[in-house]
Parts: sequence; C-alpha cells; structure tokens
Amino acid sequence: MLNKYPLWKNALIILILLIGGIYAAPNLYPDDYAVQLSGARESNIVNQPLLDQVKQSLTQAQVSFKQDELTDKGGLIRFPDSRTQLEAKEVISRTLGDDYVVALNLAPTTPDWLSSLGAGPMKLGLDLRGGVHFLLEVDMVSAVTQRLDVYVSEIKTKLRTEKLRYRAVTHREDGSLELKFSKSDVRDEALSLLRKDYTEFLIDSEDRENAFYLSINLAESKVREIEDYAIKQNLTTLRNRVNELGVAEPLVQRQGRNRIVVQLPGIQDAAAAKRIIGKTANLEFRLEAKTDASRATTETYPFRDENRRPNKGTLEKDIIITGSSVSNAQSSFDETGQPQVNISLDAKGGQLMNRTTRNAIKRRMAVLFVEHKSRTLYETVDGEQVAKRIPYVEKRIISLATIQSVLGSSFRITGLDSATESSELALLLRAGALAAPIYFVEERTVGPSLGEQNIELGVFSVQIGFVLVLLFMLAYYRVFGVLANIALTLNLVMLLAVMSLLSATLTLPGIAGIVLTVGMAVDANVLIFSRIREELKNGLPAQSAISAGFDRAFTTIFDANITTLLAAVILFAMGSGPVKGFAITLSVGILTSMFTAIMVTRMLVNLTYGGRAVKKLSI
Amino acid sequence: MTTQKIYNFMGLRKIAAGLSIALLLISIASLAINGLKFGLDFTGGSLIEVGFEQEPDLNGLRDKLQSAGYDDAVVQTFGSPVDILIRMGVAHDPKLGDQVLQTLQSGEAQELTLRRNEYVGAQVGEELREQGGLGMLLALFMVMVYVAFRFQLKFSVGAVTALAHDVLIVLGVFSVLQLDFDLTVLAALLAVIGYSLNDTIVVSDRIRENFRKLRKSDSVEIMNVSLSQTLGRTLVTSLTTLLVLMALAIFGGEMIHGFAIALLIGVCVGTYSSIYVAANALIMLGICKEDLMPPEKPEGDEVDEMP
Repeated sequence: MLNKYPLWKNALIILILLIGGIYAAPNLYPDDYAVQLSGARESNIVNQPLLDQVKQSLTQAQVSFKQDELTDKGGLIRFPDSRTQLEAKEVISRTLGDDYVVALNLAPTTPDWLSSLGAGPMKLGLDLRGGVHFLLEVDMVSAVTQRLDVYVSEIKTKLRTEKLRYRAVTHREDGSLELKFSKSDVRDEALSLLRKDYTEFLIDSEDRENAFYLSINLAESKVREIEDYAIKQNLTTLRNRVNELGVAEPLVQRQGRNRIVVQLPGIQDAAAAKRIIGKTANLEFRLEAKTDASRATTETYPFRDENRRPNKGTLEKDIIITGSSVSNAQSSFDETGQPQVNISLDAKGGQLMNRTTRNAIKRRMAVLFVEHKSRTLYETVDGEQVAKRIPYVEKRIISLATIQSVLGSSFRITGLDSATESSELALLLRAGALAAPIYFVEERTVGPSLGEQNIELGVFSVQIGFVLVLLFMLAYYRVFGVLANIALTLNLVMLLAVMSLLSATLTLPGIAGIVLTVGMAVDANVLIFSRIREELKNGLPAQSAISAGFDRAFTTIFDANITTLLAAVILFAMGSGPVKGFAITLSVGILTSMFTAIMVTRMLVNLTYGGRAVKKLSI
Repeated sequence: MTTQKIYNFMGLRKIAAGLSIALLLISIASLAINGLKFGLDFTGGSLIEVGFEQEPDLNGLRDKLQSAGYDDAVVQTFGSPVDILIRMGVAHDPKLGDQVLQTLQSGEAQELTLRRNEYVGAQVGEELREQGGLGMLLALFMVMVYVAFRFQLKFSVGAVTALAHDVLIVLGVFSVLQLDFDLTVLAALLAVIGYSLNDTIVVSDRIRENFRKLRKSDSVEIMNVSLSQTLGRTLVTSLTTLLVLMALAIFGGEMIHGFAIALLIGVCVGTYSSIYVAANALIMLGICKEDLMPPEKPEGDEVDEMP
C-alpha cells in the first residue's frame, strides 16, 4: 500500500517529538528575579534565622517577595519583577553589611519532575539578561620572563656546585639567557653539563672580545608549556576571585592562545568587579636592609609611615616568601581598632619565615605590595590610531614592622590604610596570585532593562514572523499547508529542545538565527509540495504523486541543507561571540527542520491521505 | 509531455550578466573608495547608551559633551527618541560611562539611566576581521569541494560565483549607504551565504536532473525548463523568508536592525543570483549532457541518488 508508514515508524517519530516536547518545556517557565545570599567568609553561614532577619527587613521596607529558600550555596529570595529585585538588593545589603555577599540572580522555576529528567531552560546570554563581560589578555612575555629568572638562579647554583667559574649570567632583552666565561674549556664543560640537564634548552656557544659565551633559548614546546601553565593558573585564580564576588553562574573561560573571557551576569557595577578581577597583586615579604648594606643588594620603595606621611624604606633584595605561600588570610581589627590581615602560611613558607626571622629579631620586616599595571598610549601610525600598551610594575611597602619574636606559619600584617583595603588584600591573598599579569582588552556592560527589552523585541518578532509564515502556507497550500504548519511548529519545539539539551546560550543573534530558521524551514516542505503539484500536473494519480514528490525532493533537500550546514559549522568553528551564537541556532535549526519537514510531514500526510483511494489533493 | 509553462529566462541572460557586472563594479568601486563603515566591534572605542525620560535636544547634548572635552563624540538616537547612543574614539576607562552620564545629567531636570557601557579594544576588532574573512573563504572552499564532489566541477564554479556575487553586492550596499558594519551584520552575511547556497543547489539539482532526463541537449533550453520548474518554489521560499525578515527588521529592535537589513538585501540578491548567475555561469562554462552522465548507469534511466 502506498503512503503508509509502518506502526513502528509512526511510534518512533511520535516518541522523538514527545521527548523533544519534554526537553523544550522548561523554557515555558520564565526565570524568577532573585537575590542570592552567601557568606563573605567561611565563618559567616547563611541559615534560617539570618533569612528570617532579611525577610523581616524586607517587610519593613515594604518590598514584596515571592519565596525564600536555603540552598547549598546560601540563601535565595525570589521577587516578582526586576525593580523589586533591585530595591531588595539595596535593603538586604544595608541589613547585612560587608559580612555577606548579596548578588542579583535569576532563579529557574522549572518543576521538579522536569529537572529530575535533566531538563532545564536555555541559558540567556549577557545581552539578554544584563551583566558585565570582560576580555582579558595574559601577558605571556612576562610569564616567560618570570620563568627565565628562576632558571638564572638555578643555573648559577648548578655552576657553583660544579665549581665552574662563570663571569656573568644575564637575561637578555630578546628573551634569551647569556652566560659569560673567561676560559673556553670551562665554557665547554658548562655546555655539556647544561645540555645533559636541560633538554628544553637550545644552547649555542660563541666567542667574542676575548670572552666565551653560551646563549640559551627556550625550545618552542617549552615556551608553549609555560604559557599553558600561566593561562591555567590564571584561570584558577580568576575563578576563585569571581566566586568570592558571589555571582551566580559566572563564566571564566580560555579563548584562543592567550585570552580569558569573564562574564558576570547580573553584575552592574563594572568598576568594582574590575578592581577585584584585575588585581594582579602579589606580596613579597622582605627584611629591611641594614644601614651598612651595599647599594647593590638593596632596593628602595615608597612607604607611608605610622603618621601617614610619605616616606621611603630600603629593603634587602632577597625575598623571604611571596604571596603564593599564603594558605589563608582573614581581615579583622586589632586591639586599637586598626584594620589588620591575619595570615597563615603553608608548611614550606612557615619554615622559611621561621628560619629567616630567627636571626632577625628586632630588625624590621616589610610587606611589599607588587602590582602589575599598564598604561595605554595612542600613537598615529600610517594615519591609523594604534593602541600601545606599556606595562609597568608598581611596588610599595604596605607595612614595615619590627619583628618581636620568631614568626611561624601564622602572623598578621598591620598598618593598612582602611578596612576596605584590608578586606580586599585578604581576598586577593586567599584567591591566589596570578601567574602572569593580565590586561583588559574589552569590556561590555549591558543593563538589565536593556536585556529585558531585547528579549521582548526578539520574541515578539519571532511570533510575528511565525504567524505570517503560517498564514501564507495555509493560504497557498490549504490542507497540505495545515500539515506543514504543524510540522513547522514542531520544528520550533525541537529546536528549543535541542538548544536546551546542549545547554546552549541564547543570545540576540541566536534569536535572529531562530527567526531565519523559521523562514527557511518551510523550504523543504515547499520543495516537496511543489514537486507533488508538478507530478499531479504530469498526470500522476494522487497517491503516486505524493510518493514521487517526497522521494524526488529528498536529494535536493539533502544537498541544499548539507551545504548550508557545512557553512554554519565552519562559522561556529571560526567565529566568536555573536557569530557563534548565530551559527549554533542555524545548524541546530537545519537539522531539526530536516527531521520535521521530511519525516513528520510525511507521517502527517500519510495519516491524512495515505492508504486509501484519493481523487483530489488539497494542495 | 508536461503542462509546465516554460519561461524564456535565458533570453535575458546577456542583460542579466550586464546588470550583475554593473552591480559588482559599483560595489567594488564603492568598497575601494568609501570602504565600509565599521562598527565598534571592528574599530574599537567606547559606546554608551543613555535612557532619557523625555526627548532630549541632540545638539544640546553634543554641545555639553564637547564642552566637557569629549570632542569626537557621536550622538544619535537609538530606536526611540528617548534612547541616546554615544560613541567615541578609544578611551580605556571603566568609569567613562558614569562620567558621561554625569556630564549629561548636569542641568537636566529628568532622571537619566545608563543602559549600556562598552569598551572594545581595536586589536580584537582587527583579529575578528581577519578571522571573519578567513572563515568566509574557508566556507566557500568547503562548499566548492562538496558541490564538485556531489555534482560536477562546473556546478561548483557556478555556485561559488553566485555566492561571491551575493556577498559582494550586500557589502556594496552597506558601503554605498554607509550603514554600520558590525558583528551581527557579519553573521547576516554568513547567513546570506547559507541561503544563497540553498537556492543555488536546488536549481542546480533540477538542472542536473533535466540534463539526464530530457532528450534535448540544448543547454539554454534545459536551463529555461529547469528554472521554470523551480520558479514556484524559489519565489515561495524567498517570500516566507522575507516575511520573517521584515518582521525582524520592523519589530526586532535597533540592535539587530543591521542584521535584518543585510539579510533582506541578501535574500533578494540571492534569489536573483540563483536564477541568473549560477545558470549563466554554467552556460558560459559550456555545460553539456556528457558532463552529467553517470558512467556506470544505463542511459535514459531516471537517476535518483538516495544517499
């Protein structure tokens, strides 16, 4: 019998559609505007009494809320709209003070039975929900330089223990190392020693001006390794810092070889977020130089003394420990009410601190604050403005205190300017130091009201376009138009389902992609239907015309869609940001529309006309 | 054999070729002389969007910004008369948004809101431009390979010619009208590739089929038959796509306006090119029956390639 699917085929198609329906369903439940509470420190726990206190203050301030709950991340309070959410955030921040992090959030309202199936709504991009986007660049040159500095001291120690007398080990501008010897046989011995121990080095020897040199370059693979390490370390540190900000669903991701994307949905205060994220601060603990120390072993840095007067401090070049030895840091106040930071060191750091301070009681120890910064200069080159970044390092002494007794693995830093400074310093020390300095390349803030408006307009235009297409198909193809329209609607459902399952992020260009898919998805059905019309004109009977129409059109649909899909996949691979969002919806749309336009329409046509004698088709 | 009305499309092919070449020349000339007006995504700079309660006086705003030292600020409305978009040359400062807001707020009775504040580095723009261009070239190449493999080399030349034609003309329109070319427009351009390809493949598919099926070997006549047969489908699909694009252009909001406009132009040009450019290229390349005869299959058989 012509045009009849076997039962299993119908059942399978319906099953796929049902599954699609289930996974698309969460998108029907719009997210609630919510405020998320979490402790700024481990000691501050969000519990029921605290939540009750917050609710009471909200009631007092006449801010209405929908619901509150305790989650594993802290407390969550839901609000009816974004305006009350913003009001509420103010009220709650005032009530709780600095001890808790109060963040704007969107809370899903997906019913439990759906979530238990792993179904959830599509994530909304920053352009649709508001928030901050940063693109950071990791300074790879200084990551490599830092590593080379470590090599310099390693090489010196090695040569000394092997009793090979060198004249100098220098770190050259172009990123290579140079060793200078006065005798050629010593140089050659050093060469074979280094070649044996450092396979990652490319070593050349050179004779000039009565001296003998070795120049050392790092192998490309080693440079890559250092860079990868720097990126990974920075990613971890940035994640820690972002978590301390208390943002819900933050995104910290590597992009390309040396870039990191940070997206903070809901955050509006870009400047504050930037201050915390962008701090490339580290600490160095050093002893104050003795008055008779030679100039070559000391360095002088600015310092504000107890009376807040600008002063200078001269320190030894040797570093006792750096901030990376810090295992925990808490801000608090000392007996006189001055801000301080309590520091715990790891085992190795504690040992080093102990060994150094044992011989230095009554001397002063400095905490040096090291910050990598950059200033951007604009130059005109060939008529085009070119931004040039000049990196520089700012170092200042934040505390210079007399060592009263031998220090161990925990001690405190006093002499900080303000409570804000002490809590930021504690946060940075806890969250770890960056392996290499970072710079802000790009920064975008989208207001929540703008995001809301984007969604509204996007959804509205999808609806209008969709209805227009439905009406047109109905008028042009009548009964077949109805069937195509059902398939088109199911296509939209399937598209949402796949997008949700992939947990793809919906962006404004993504919405545009959906709109385009709606327009193009009818193409397959149009191809089939016009073929059927043609076959009817050629004099084929109704059933054969249907069958021939579907079969003939298939090759065309397949070729046309595969080529478009090819283009979309390349877009996804090459593009970034909006291009990527668009490519995802387009590719998914092509695949789902092939399924619905060919299989689902065929099933519907078969159910309507198939398996019986039909004189005339309404097409 | 068939009641299908055959239009003499190819009768106009010389005129169409002339028109295409003229349009291409205008586009290329405009691209060379005017260039594209690249948006913030490509040039770098700062973009600030401020919401007013009542319609502000644009010239007044410009004067205010000028006297505050923002000399290169471009002020324009964005969607509605109360939404103002301010664009300025590179200035790397997160506080810029607030500073500009303060400048505008001074002496203003109404409350202003900062809706958007973006700083985009120019370096990124350059990279994206390269990557976008590279992506497009790679896409074109892959398509060529696929079409050559599935159809025949002459078809892939035809398809790629049609694609390049469409992309260049859309770029040309953006250049002539000096519309903002930003990343969403780039995305639209890539969608045009997808759409135009879709159209061209459908027509090519029918041409291939007719070369194998019809006894006639006059390629012009076969083109006419094929184009006439696919005309209904071409128009219906273009029409539905145009319907939704118009909905997007009218109701989609200012942020995707460029996207919608680029696609509207692209779909119109793409529809035209699938009729005239691809088929024309095939005739110029001297396509003939022998090019398409599958050697391993008996002649006269209806070939249906089910993959």
